Amino acid sequence: MSVLYLLMAASLVVALGFLVSFIWAVWSGQFDDTETPSMRVLLDEDTTTIRTKNEEKKHT
Amino acid sequence: MTTDVLDTATIDTAESAHLRPACFHCGALCPDDSISIGTHQFCCAGCKTVYEILHQNGLERFYELEQAPGIRMTRIPRADRFAYLDEEPIRRRLLDFSDGQHARATFHIPAIHCIACVWLLENIYRLKTGIGRSEVNFPRKEVSIAFAERQVSLSALVALLASLGYEPALNLGSIESPPADPTARRLLIKIGVAGFAFGNIMLLSFPTYLGLDPSTEELMQRSFGHISLLLALPVLLFSASDYWQAAWLCFRRRMITIELPIAIGLAALFAQSAWDIFGRHGEGYLDSFSGLVFLLLCGRWFQRKTYESLSFERDYKSYFPLSVIRKSAHGEVPVPITSLAVGDRVIVRAQELIPADAVLIAGEGLVDYSFVSGEAAPVARQVGDYLYAGGRQAGGAIEIEIVKAVSQSYLTALWNSEAFQKTDKPDLLSLTNIAGRYFTYAVIGIAASVALFWSLRDPSVVARAFSAVLIVACPCALALAAPFTLGSAMRIFGRHGLYLRNTSVVERLARISAIVFDKTGTLTFAGASDFKYQGEPLSAEEQQAVGALAAHSTHPFSRGLGEMLEGYGIVEDFQEHPGCGVEGRIAGRHYRIGSKSWLHAQGDDASAVYVAVDGAVRGRYVARSAYRPALARLMERLSACAVSIISGDDERERGALREIGGERVALRFRQSPFDKLAYVRQLQANRERVLMIGDGLNDAGALRQSDVGIAVTEDIATFTPSSDAILDARHFGDLPCFLRAARSAVRVLKISFAVSLSYNAIAIGIAASGHLSPLISAILMPLSSFSVIAFSLLATNTVAGRAGLR
Repeated sequence: MSVLYLLMAASLVVALGFLVSFIWAVWSGQFDDTETPSMRVLLDEDTTTIRTKNEEKKHT
Repeated sequence: MTTDVLDTATIDTAESAHLRPACFHCGALCPDDSISIGTHQFCCAGCKTVYEILHQNGLERFYELEQAPGIRMTRIPRADRFAYLDEEPIRRRLLDFSDGQHARATFHIPAIHCIACVWLLENIYRLKTGIGRSEVNFPRKEVSIAFAERQVSLSALVALLASLGYEPALNLGSIESPPADPTARRLLIKIGVAGFAFGNIMLLSFPTYLGLDPSTEELMQRSFGHISLLLALPVLLFSASDYWQAAWLCFRRRMITIELPIAIGLAALFAQSAWDIFGRHGEGYLDSFSGLVFLLLCGRWFQRKTYESLSFERDYKSYFPLSVIRKSAHGEVPVPITSLAVGDRVIVRAQELIPADAVLIAGEGLVDYSFVSGEAAPVARQVGDYLYAGGRQAGGAIEIEIVKAVSQSYLTALWNSEAFQKTDKPDLLSLTNIAGRYFTYAVIGIAASVALFWSLRDPSVVARAFSAVLIVACPCALALAAPFTLGSAMRIFGRHGLYLRNTSVVERLARISAIVFDKTGTLTFAGASDFKYQGEPLSAEEQQAVGALAAHSTHPFSRGLGEMLEGYGIVEDFQEHPGCGVEGRIAGRHYRIGSKSWLHAQGDDASAVYVAVDGAVRGRYVARSAYRPALARLMERLSACAVSIISGDDERERGALREIGGERVALRFRQSPFDKLAYVRQLQANRERVLMIGDGLNDAGALRQSDVGIAVTEDIATFTPSSDAILDARHFGDLPCFLRAARSAVRVLKISFAVSLSYNAIAIGIAASGHLSPLISAILMPLSSFSVIAFSLLATNTVAGRAGLR
C-alpha cells in the first residue's frame, strides 16, 4: 500500500501545478476579456509578425 | 455656401431603399449618387474620406469582414479639436504609462460594434508610423494603444481615431476615475482554490466513501485526514473570507443577512472536522465544506454578470466635455474645462454644451435644454441673456462669458443637491435576507432544543448533535437559489435590451405598483420630431424637394423636417439666410422654406416652418412631439399599475397624452426636476412602489428616489443619468413583459426556497437523531445544491419565455 502515498503526493503536486498556473493566468489578465479573443481568432490574416516588431516590451 | 452634403441626415426605410443606393462605408441610404469612387457609393464626403484613407493604406479588408461596417461620418472633425489633449495635466491623466519615449493610453470608444472594428483598431499601426501594438477589449468597448511619443502626440492619435469615426469618449469623468475592478480576478482565484481543494479532498475521502475498514488502514486514514485539513485551510482563510467579513458586519450592526447562517454552518463544519481528525474520531466533513464554498462562490460569480461597457453611476462629469474653446487676446485656444474661471470668454459651436452658467455675448442662441429640463423645443436666446449650464447649442456658434464656475453652475448644483443623493436602498429587504433571518432563528432554536433533549437522555451526544444540526442547517441551497434565479433573469433581460445594475433590481421590479413616465425623450423619440403639414397640398416631388432643401439647413427644425421627408434631389443655388430660412433650386423650381416673417406668410404659429414654391407660399409644417409607436397599447397592458406621466414641458401635448393614456393616467406638466422628485416621494408616501422611467438629467432625482429607476436611451453607449437599469429604446414596448417576467422570476425564487428548505428539514431530522455521518453529508449537500440550481435555471427561462422574452 505504501506506493499509494507516493501516488498521492505525485497527484497533489500535479494538481498544485495546475492551480498555480490558473492563478497566474487570472492575474496576468487572461480572463479579463473572454470575448475579444474569440473574435480575433477569426481574423486569420498574418498580422502578428508585423505587430511583434513594433511592440515594445520594456514596460509591464 | 456650397451644395456639399456633409450634414445630410437620412433615415433608412424600406420604401425608399430601392430608390437610393446604400453607402459602401456605413450602410446609410445616400441622398443622391453624386459621391462615389468606382462602383462604391457614399452617403457623404466624410464616409468617402475614410474609405480613401483605408484604401490607400491597404486596409480594404475592413469592408470584407462585415457589410458596410463603418461609422457614419456626419461631420469631419476639425484637426485642432484635440490639441488640448497635449496639455500636461490632461495628458498625464489620460496616459496609462509613459517614460518619455513610449506611452500607452486606453480609450473608451462607444462606436466599437463589430468584428471589423476590432480588426481595424488592432491594425491602426499601419496608418501612422510611431503607433505600436493596439488591443481591443470588446465587451468594455475599449482600445489600448501603445505609441512612441516623439513620433505621435496624444492629440494626433485621438485625431486619427476620430477621423475614422472612432472618436474616444473623452469627458470630465474619464480622467477622474480609474475603472479597474480587481474583485473579479480575486473571485475567480477564490473559486479556483476552492474547486482545487474540493476535488482533491473528495479524492482523499474515497476510502470513506467506499467503506474501507479503518482498523486495517488506520495510518492511511490519518494521513489522508491531515492532508485534507491542510488543503481545506486556504479555503477557510481565503476562499470563504467574504463570509467571515459579512458575518462580522452582521454582528457589529446587529442585523441578520443570509451570510450569517452560512458562516455559522461553515464554521461548524470546519470545527467539527478538525475535532474529528485530531481526535481520531473520524474523517471529518471537509469535502462537504470545500464543496459548499465552491458552489457558493460559483453562485456569486453567476450573479455578478456585469455590463462592462455600461455605467449606471454616471454624474455630470461624464456629461461635460474635457475642454472648451477659450477666447482671449492670444486667439481661440482649447483649455481644460476645469481651468475655466469666471469672466472667461468661451466659444460654443453648434451641438456643443454650455459648460457653465454664462451670459450670451455674441451670436444667436438656440439652446436645447431637453436633457436638463425636459422642455422639448429649443429656446431662443438673445445677446445679454442668461444661459444655464448643460444646454446644447442647436444653432450656429456663439460667444459666451462665464458668470459662475463649473462646479457652482445650475447643472452641477442640481446634481450635488442633497435631495438627489442616492439613499442607500436597504439590501436587507431582499427575499434571501428575509428568509435568512427566519432561518437563523429557526436553526438556533432547533439546535438549542436538540441539545436540551440529548442532555436529558444521553449527555455524551450533546455536542455532536448540536454541531450536526448547525452543519446541515447551512442554507447553502437557499443561498444559491437567488443568484441563479435572479442572475439568469438578469441575463434574459439583457438579451432583450434591459440592462440591470444588479440582481436585486429584479426583485424590486416584481413589487412595482405605480409607474411614472417622463414625456420628453421617454414617451417621445429623443431628437426626432414629427411634422404635420397644413395648407395647400404638396405633390410627392415637391415634398421630396422640400426635404432635400431642409436637410441642407443648419437649423435643427429644418433638419428634423429633412429627416422626416427623406428628401432626394440635387440642390442648386443653395443659400442659407441665418435667422430666416433657406432657399435653392431643385429640378428647375425655386423653393424657399423658413420663418413666417421671411416668407411674408399669413398664420399664427411662430414655431412652424413655412414653404414657398416659385414665390408662392403653399403652407406650413407644424412641429409636434413624435411619440413612440403603440403607446396606447402599452398603457393598456400596464393597467395593473397606477400610471402617471410627468413632463417639464407645457400643456401643449395634453390632448395627445390623454388619447394615449386614457382617463386613468395622471398627467402633470411644467415639472421641475425637484417637482418630479417630490412627486415620486408623494407616491411612495402613499405606500406605492414606484417605477420611474426617464431619460434625462431632469429625471435624475426621480430616478434615484424611485424604487426602480430605468433610464431609456436610443443608443446605449451614450450618456444616461444614474439609474438602476438602462433600457434600449427599441425595446420600450416590451416593458410589460419585463414586469411580468420579474414577477414570475420571484415566484420561481420562492419555490426554490421551499425546495431547499425541505432538504434542510430532512437533514435536520437526520442530524437531530444523531445519525449524521460524513457520507450522508457528502451526498445530501451536492444533491440539494445542484437540484436547486437546475430548477432555478430551467424554471426562470421557462417563465421568462412565457412572459414574452424568448
